[in-house]
Formats: sequence, C-alpha cells, structure tokens
Amino acid sequence: MLSSVAERIYWLGRYLERVENTARLINVYSGMLLDLPRGTNIGWGTMIDIIGCNDDYEKISERFEEKPVVKFLLSDPRNPSSLMSGVTAMRENARTTREIIPAEAWELINNLYLHMKDNASRSGSRRGRQQLLETVVGECQRIFGLLTGSMNHNSSYAFIQLGRKIERADMTSRMVDVGSISLLPVFNRNTNQRLFLEPYENVVWMNVLRCLSGYQAYRQTVRSQVRGEDVVRFLLQDEEFPRAIGYCLNDLDKQLRFLPNPEEVLRAVARVKKITTEVDITKLLESGLLDFIDELQISIADIHEAISLAWFHPEEWRRIAGAD
Amino acid sequence: MPIDWKSYQPGEFHDELISSPGNPRKHARVLAKYLASLSQEELQHRKDSVDHAIKTMGISFTVYSEAGNIDRQWPFDLIPRIIPSKEWAITSKGLEQRLRALNCFIHDIYNDGHIFKDKVVPWDLIAESGNYRPQCQGMKPKHSVWAHICGTDLVRDANGRFYVLEDNLRVPSGVSYMLENRTVTKRVFPELFENYDIQPIGEYPDRLFDTLSSLSPRDVKHPQIVVLTPGIYNSAYFEHSFLAQQMGAELVQGSDLVVDQDKVYMKTIHGLERVDVIYRRIDDLFLDPECFNPDSALGVAGLMRAWLKGNVGLANAPGAGVADDKVIYTYVPKIIKYYLDEEPILPNVPSYLCVDPKQCDHVLKNLDKLVVKPANESGGYGMLIGPRASKREREDFAARIKANPRNYMAQPLVALSTAPILMDDGHVEPRHIDLRPFVLQGREFYVTPGGLTRVALVKGSYVVNSSQGGGSKDTWIVNEGSR
Repeated sequence: MLSSVAERIYWLGRYLERVENTARLINVYSGMLLDLPRGTNIGWGTMIDIIGCNDDYEKISERFEEKPVVKFLLSDPRNPSSLMSGVTAMRENARTTREIIPAEAWELINNLYLHMKDNASRSGSRRGRQQLLETVVGECQRIFGLLTGSMNHNSSYAFIQLGRKIERADMTSRMVDVGSISLLPVFNRNTNQRLFLEPYENVVWMNVLRCLSGYQAYRQTVRSQVRGEDVVRFLLQDEEFPRAIGYCLNDLDKQLRFLPNPEEVLRAVARVKKITTEVDITKLLESGLLDFIDELQISIADIHEAISLAWFHPEEWRRIAGAD
Repeated sequence: MPIDWKSYQPGEFHDELISSPGNPRKHARVLAKYLASLSQEELQHRKDSVDHAIKTMGISFTVYSEAGNIDRQWPFDLIPRIIPSKEWAITSKGLEQRLRALNCFIHDIYNDGHIFKDKVVPWDLIAESGNYRPQCQGMKPKHSVWAHICGTDLVRDANGRFYVLEDNLRVPSGVSYMLENRTVTKRVFPELFENYDIQPIGEYPDRLFDTLSSLSPRDVKHPQIVVLTPGIYNSAYFEHSFLAQQMGAELVQGSDLVVDQDKVYMKTIHGLERVDVIYRRIDDLFLDPECFNPDSALGVAGLMRAWLKGNVGLANAPGAGVADDKVIYTYVPKIIKYYLDEEPILPNVPSYLCVDPKQCDHVLKNLDKLVVKPANESGGYGMLIGPRASKREREDFAARIKANPRNYMAQPLVALSTAPILMDDGHVEPRHIDLRPFVLQGREFYVTPGGLTRVALVKGSYVVNSSQGGGSKDTWIVNEGSR
C-alpha cells in the first residue's frame, strides 16, 4: 500500500468520525441548553470552545448567539472545523482513494456531500437543523457500516480504524471537558448573580453521555445515578463502551498489529493508556480538569505523530530524495 | 409528446441514425421505434435516471478555470450511436495498420532514420518539432513500440466516409467515459440490450493491463504496474483513478516514486517497492526534472535514466508524440506505404502544409473556407475555424501563420456527421459528432469496438471537446441481424 494512500485513507477515517461527532455534539448541545435556566452564561460560546475554533470565529463575529454560531459550525466554509468543511475534506480524501474503498462507499460519501451542499446553509430552524444533523449521523454510520462489512480487514481498513479511533478518543476527551463546566460558577445575566450549576450537574453529565450515545451503556455498566466522578471514570477507562478512551486505545492496539513495524506507535498508545489509568479521578475533579485534559490531548496527538513517522513520512525517504 | 422522427431534420449532413425525416437507417430501426414508443414522461424519467446515475457514480471531469468548483458532471446524451459491425471491421483494420506504421516510424526516428535517408519525410520537420526528444536517440523499447495507447480521432463527412482527423499518441484520454457511458446506458435502457447484439467493450482494462505487463523489464509473474497522474486537479483525474482501480494497479503521483541506483521504487507502508511499468498520464516535459523541465514537481528525478537503461517500462514512451504532430500527420499515408508497403485503409482529411510556400499561399487566400490548426496543440485549443471566424480573427491568424509557417496546417472544414440528441423538452435534434477509438499495442494489438463518441452540444457547433462544452454518447458496434 502506498504511503500517500495510507495517509489519505487514515484522514478519511478521521474526518468521517469528526463529522459524525460534531453533528452529535451540536444536536445534544442544543437540547441541553433547553434544560438549563434561561440567561445562563454557558451559551453557544462554549460550543465554539469545545470544538476549538475560537480564533476562526472571532475573525468573523463577536456575537456568541445561537444563529451565527450554529451557522458557523454547520456550513461556514471559513471554519475548517465546520460540518461542511469536514464533509468536503472527507469527500476529497475519498475521491483520491477511490481505488481502495468500495464503490458504494464513495457513492454514499458523495451523496452526503451533495445533501450537505444543498441543505447545510438552509437549516436555520431548530427542527430543520435537527433533521439535518440526524441525517449526517445516520449517513456516517451507514458509511462505516459499509466499510466494515465490505472491505478486506487488512492494512487499508486498519488505517481507517486508526484515524477513526484517534479522532474519537480526542473528541471524548473534549466531552469530558464539557462536563466539567458544570463544576464552575457561572454568571446569570438576568439576575446579575453568580450561580452554581451544581443543581444541574446531573443534567450536564447526562447530556454528555447522550451526546456519545453512552447513557444506556453507562447505566448498564455503572448501575448508579449519573455522577460526575463515575462518568469521567467511565469515559476515560471503560474497555467495553466503544466511545470510551479505554476502548479506543485497546482497539488501536489491535489494529496496529495488522501493520508492519508498529513498535513506536504501540509505545505511544501505551503512554496514553498510562495517563488515563493512573490518574486519581476524585482528586482530579477537586483540582480541576484543565491541565489533565491538555496533557491527555497532547499524548493523543503524539500517537498521530508516531503513525506519520512510521508509515507516511519516514525520515529515511527524505534522506534518499535528498541524496538524489 | 413522444419523439416524432418525421420532424427530425438532418439536412445536408450524414446522420448516423436517420437517413431522411421519418426514415431510420436499417441498423437504427429498432432503436428509433423503441424511443418513439416511450411517452414524454417516460423519456424524462430515463433522462433523470441518467443524471442521477452520473451524479452518484461521480463521473466527472475537471475544468481548470473554474476555481472553487473544479469537478463537473459528465454531459451525456442517452440516445446511443450505432455503427454496423461490418463497417467497423474495416475501420478497425485501418486503425491497426495506421498505428503499426506510426510505431515503425517513431522507432526509425530515434534509431536508424531510414525514412529520412530515403527522402520520404524531411528530417527538418522532426528536428523542428516541439515533440521531438533528442534524449531518446538510440533507445530500443520492448517490442519496438513507442505509442502503446492511442486515441485516434475519426470523423465522417457528408457522404458517410470515415476520415482520420488526428492521431493522439501522447496521453489520450476519454476511454473511461467510453466505459462508463456503456454502464449508464445499461442501467437506463436495459430493454434495448435484448434487441441488439452489441459488441461488449468491458474488456478494455484487462487488455490495457496485458499491454502494460508486456512492457515489464523483469521477467516476473506479477509485474508492479502503476498509473502516474499529475493529481486531482488534472482534467482527466477521474480517468486515471478509474483505470488504476479497474486494473488493480496503484495510482501514484510523482511524489510517491523515487529513483535509486537507476531503478524506480514506490513509497509504501512496507518501505520502498520496485516498480516495473509506469502508465504515465503526464506530459513528457514534466516526467523528469533532471532531463526536461527542472521546475516540474509532477515528475520523478532520474526517471529517464531508469527508462533509458531499460529498468522500467514507460507507456507511452517519451518522444512518441513526435508522430502526432499535425504536420507529420500529412505524411502518414506515405509513412504507411513506406514501412508496410500497403495502401492506407483509412484516408486522411486533405491537408495543406503552411511550411510549403505554395500551399501556404493557398491557405492564406482561402482562410474563410479552411480550418487551421497549430502543430502541437491538443484539446481543440488554438485553432481557427475559418468559415465561422470573424474577419479580424482571420487577419490575426494570417499574421501568426506568416510568423511561424512550420507550426500550422490547414484542412477544408469537414461537414461532420450528426446524430440525434434528446433535448430538455423531449424532442430530438441533430448535433455534430466525432469518434475516438482507442488502440493498444504491446506484445499484441487491440482496437476497442467503437470508442468514445463526442457530441458538440451547441446547435451547429463543430467543437466536441469536453473542455469546451462537448458531451458524449454511448457507441454501439452492432452485429447484423437483430436478436
């Protein structure tokens, strides 16, 4: 398999997962805001924070209100993290790996792109938006289903899965970050008072779980009410729930064995595992998650670097090309 | 309203399906009757299915100038063009003859040069050609074949006779559209395939694979074959990807390849792997920055060294384009006679060479009746269609011809044949068409049954190139006697 193709197919997996997660996130977040007291300062700006596109947003608007934020997240081509940008990038990567992926998968991806192009900028109403987001999530699932069901489970499939699981682990870490906002005091514009969201903590964590389709799984595994500490432990360490970081790491480990010379990458995965399993979650929730999430996300990014060095851009080739 | 063939007016042109209003040709009767039996709604429904199929199959081509939306749907007309197999058999023989002779000619150019010593073709024409590559002198590629994959453009005149309009020996494109057009037609008109005995075209990718395999320098069971593309911004990227997929070959860009010790390798997740044959879809001058354009980021440094040492097969060979120069074209009938001692089966369109002062004089005096073409351009760029041009455009062109007569040749405007296309409101109108069959030559020969029929979608227009508003049709070679 060509290194350049491996790289594109890896990014295809990442973008597919990113698009699906972003759609879920916007949908659940809209729902959660309806559950919180009116005027609470956790508004749409937090959404921009989670997706990590503050700089791009501030270039075009100062208003953190529903309409402009949602438009920015759904359809703005100037936002590289918008759904439309994600779908476009996914299609570009699929278009350039058409010799590898099943023809039907390309057709589904192309259709999703055409659907987004026709509908993304027109989904102003909450109902229309919800419909669009559900379609996107459903289509992404269909595409993954098709890839899983009709591709040979060899190295190309492994690269899709690597991209998918790294992206997912990253997104789950962001979701843990969202939950932690319920621990911070917020300012209520209507009453001019500081307000603690603790009474709403459950609501927030419940929505985090819903966003990851993990509410039921959590209930079955943890068998207690929704509590921050348990949810964080579940999302970081569980090895059975597919959106938990623990599961993603195990799967990375498994997929890596399909690829030649994976040692360095396996080591990078092990480092993330160490971070997630050795952390004292009770202490963490007292002292604040910020530094921990940073460390976690950097270690996940290190897996990506290791993959790139192992298969996409080995040092040695730069040497041969330079010697010529 | 269903289709009414009585109101279809082919005029003074040769129409492929309808000889005069209301009278389909023998081979087109079943088709014409069938189409007329469909209601307008039914026709519209088929038309929508075509659009849908093309959209979801992602059949596209790319236009350079349209930044932002680089991918365009492939314009396709659903009424097939039919050619009887008897007539095709002769045409096919003519193509094989022509390509055999052209390959002898290219080999002669880069080796002994007999044809110049015998004064059949003047050497100066070669030396001055923009497509002559002196770096290839002395090279003896496998099977003595240089142009392995050719797309020859054929046209019919008002009498229905086929002429060769040009030979494309460099990187001809269109074969994927020929194949996809058939797939689409099968999806939309499956009934028709029961009533006609249509020669299949689907084996092309296998034949291409065999042709390329026969160029492998190593005697291995599974030579490593790659398709070298300039990338997704090339107008034919869809085709490069399609052919790689169909052949099970790797689709590579220059950056995927590296030359070490005069051997070509590709960068894979297992490390560097040896490459045996490259079906290159980039122009000569971009192939190797060491040898040609030093700024080319599309090619591979050292590729020419590897090829000249016989360590890699290149299709088409560098330098093959010297024989599809439009001035050399005028010598092809002589070239066929010289190498094969045969009469040409397919005639050339009569041509005037501007490099000859007498002929040039004739061209300049008759610019309003002639089509003038530059020697090295392809894709229909840079030519003058005299009868359709303004006085100013003609004067402009006259100046260019006088400045560089070697670069131009002229032909009378061939009254291209027509075929019916289905209009948006459901009626049919004639449009001008040409035909590009594809010819393969390696260890063996193969000519596609039919080829890509290109249509000038604009009424009265003669320009069929997809980059300039052309469309296409499925082309059927039909064995006589309907099933």
